[in-house]
Amino acid sequence: MGYKAKFRVWRGEGGEGRLEDFTVEVNEGEVVLDIIHRLQATQAPDLAVRWNCKAGKCGSCSMEINGKPRLGCMTRMSTFGEDETITVTPMRTFPVIKDLVTDVSFNYAKAREIPSFTPPAGVEPGEYRMQQIDVERSQEFRKCIECFMCNNVCHVIRDHEENKPAFAGPRFLMRIAELDMHPYDVVDRKDSAQEDHGLGFCNITKCCTEVCPEHIKITDNALIPMKERVVDRKYDPLVWLGNKIFKRTGSKS
Amino acid sequence: MTQTTADNPAPARRQRAQIKERTLRTDQWWRYPLVTFIIFTAFLVYATWAIFDNDFFVAPYHAPFASPCLAEAVCEPDARLFGWAPLGDWYTWPPGLLILGLPAGFRFTCYYYRKAYYRGFWLSPPACAVNEPHSKYTGESRFPLILQNVHRYFFYAAIVIGLILAYDAVKALIEKPGGVGTWVLIVNAILINLYTLSCHSCRHITAGRLNHFSKHPIRYRAWGFVSKLNAKHQELALVSMFSVMGADLYVRLVAKGVLTFPFA
Repeated sequence: MGYKAKFRVWRGEGGEGRLEDFTVEVNEGEVVLDIIHRLQATQAPDLAVRWNCKAGKCGSCSMEINGKPRLGCMTRMSTFGEDETITVTPMRTFPVIKDLVTDVSFNYAKAREIPSFTPPAGVEPGEYRMQQIDVERSQEFRKCIECFMCNNVCHVIRDHEENKPAFAGPRFLMRIAELDMHPYDVVDRKDSAQEDHGLGFCNITKCCTEVCPEHIKITDNALIPMKERVVDRKYDPLVWLGNKIFKRTGSKS
Repeated sequence: MTQTTADNPAPARRQRAQIKERTLRTDQWWRYPLVTFIIFTAFLVYATWAIFDNDFFVAPYHAPFASPCLAEAVCEPDARLFGWAPLGDWYTWPPGLLILGLPAGFRFTCYYYRKAYYRGFWLSPPACAVNEPHSKYTGESRFPLILQNVHRYFFYAAIVIGLILAYDAVKALIEKPGGVGTWVLIVNAILINLYTLSCHSCRHITAGRLNHFSKHPIRYRAWGFVSKLNAKHQELALVSMFSVMGADLYVRLVAKGVLTFPFA
């Protein structure tokens, strides 16, 4: 059975805009993105929304629904009461292009700052030999669909625009952890994680984990292990002494 | 449109959606920080009282907040660890003052507790997608919060404290196996040690720091075990906090003669 739902949708270009009220039909089994599309079709043909797969795998339709970062295509209307007003706004951390579409190029700039996977010299593609248990930790992080909701919700940049140049955000700190844990990557990433990408800004409040639509344990499995690796490198005199005594390089074990 | 944060921060701020509300969340997001604040404050109040309370031992029970008792003047012979009291009779302050800094430091720098009190006490942030009230933020990148990185040293100390609590429980089991207090101490020792082993630093030390698990099969198995515990770290942190508080209070009530039923 369908019903009429009350929606408030943020409309505007650049940073200027307002919440507009709509009453729109909802049918059984629909998700928020369906309703946004119905608004486009029936009441607001110029409403801008970025979307692609409608299956929770492309990471395009990130938005904030009743204040929470969510994928529009994975948020069922049945999770709301029929008399509830549903507020839909663009991601707050990134500049707005139009309506619900944000400019997420901050994330692409941060991605480019991370040195790519670097195998040992003399090992050619096809010659890598790794056991499953050596790579399965990193495989969890490969589930990331780059919806950037973790970076959006992280208060380090959400509430402090001035931290953006110094902080890569959980998505890319997770990428650094992924590469640092990789058995065939030879780049030492611990110092740069702390100094260049702002791992120290993270106060592990786990919002990135809470919003991840792929349920990646970003904080527990990537950020905290990376913090511990940084402690090995920079703040633990016993590890430093052990490296000296046993003549370990201290980079990759 | 190009991103302008790196070279021109101010305009980028203006380009965000200008929404005045601190949050548009409609759920009860304030419950988590409020409950955290109440529980942790209650724990701090109890711990402060317990430190200065001298009824911490009644054979064979030893209150966890005062164990080990290391001072000759304030610890009767049965209360001393292996009969050992390295501090002479010059020390007359409460014995808890000597050791409570170690488990307190372990919990204060614990990754779970950090999340909880950053949210509940410092409101940084109070909840996800709720603006924090601070105008500046440097997190754990500078003094003093950079000191959180000493967590693993408190973990080493917590292992020792956990073993001592286990010793106290076993001693009580041998001397009074049917006592309710014995089982209170046993349950508490188990929970404290599970919480200690589930620590993120423990997970890192067992094998998390390695990149080639296949070359270290024993450490890998240990890492797998700790990882399973680690997934319950928050629950263990809270349950063990209640258990240590409950066990401590129980022993003190027996020592004060408040609880006098048979098998107490």
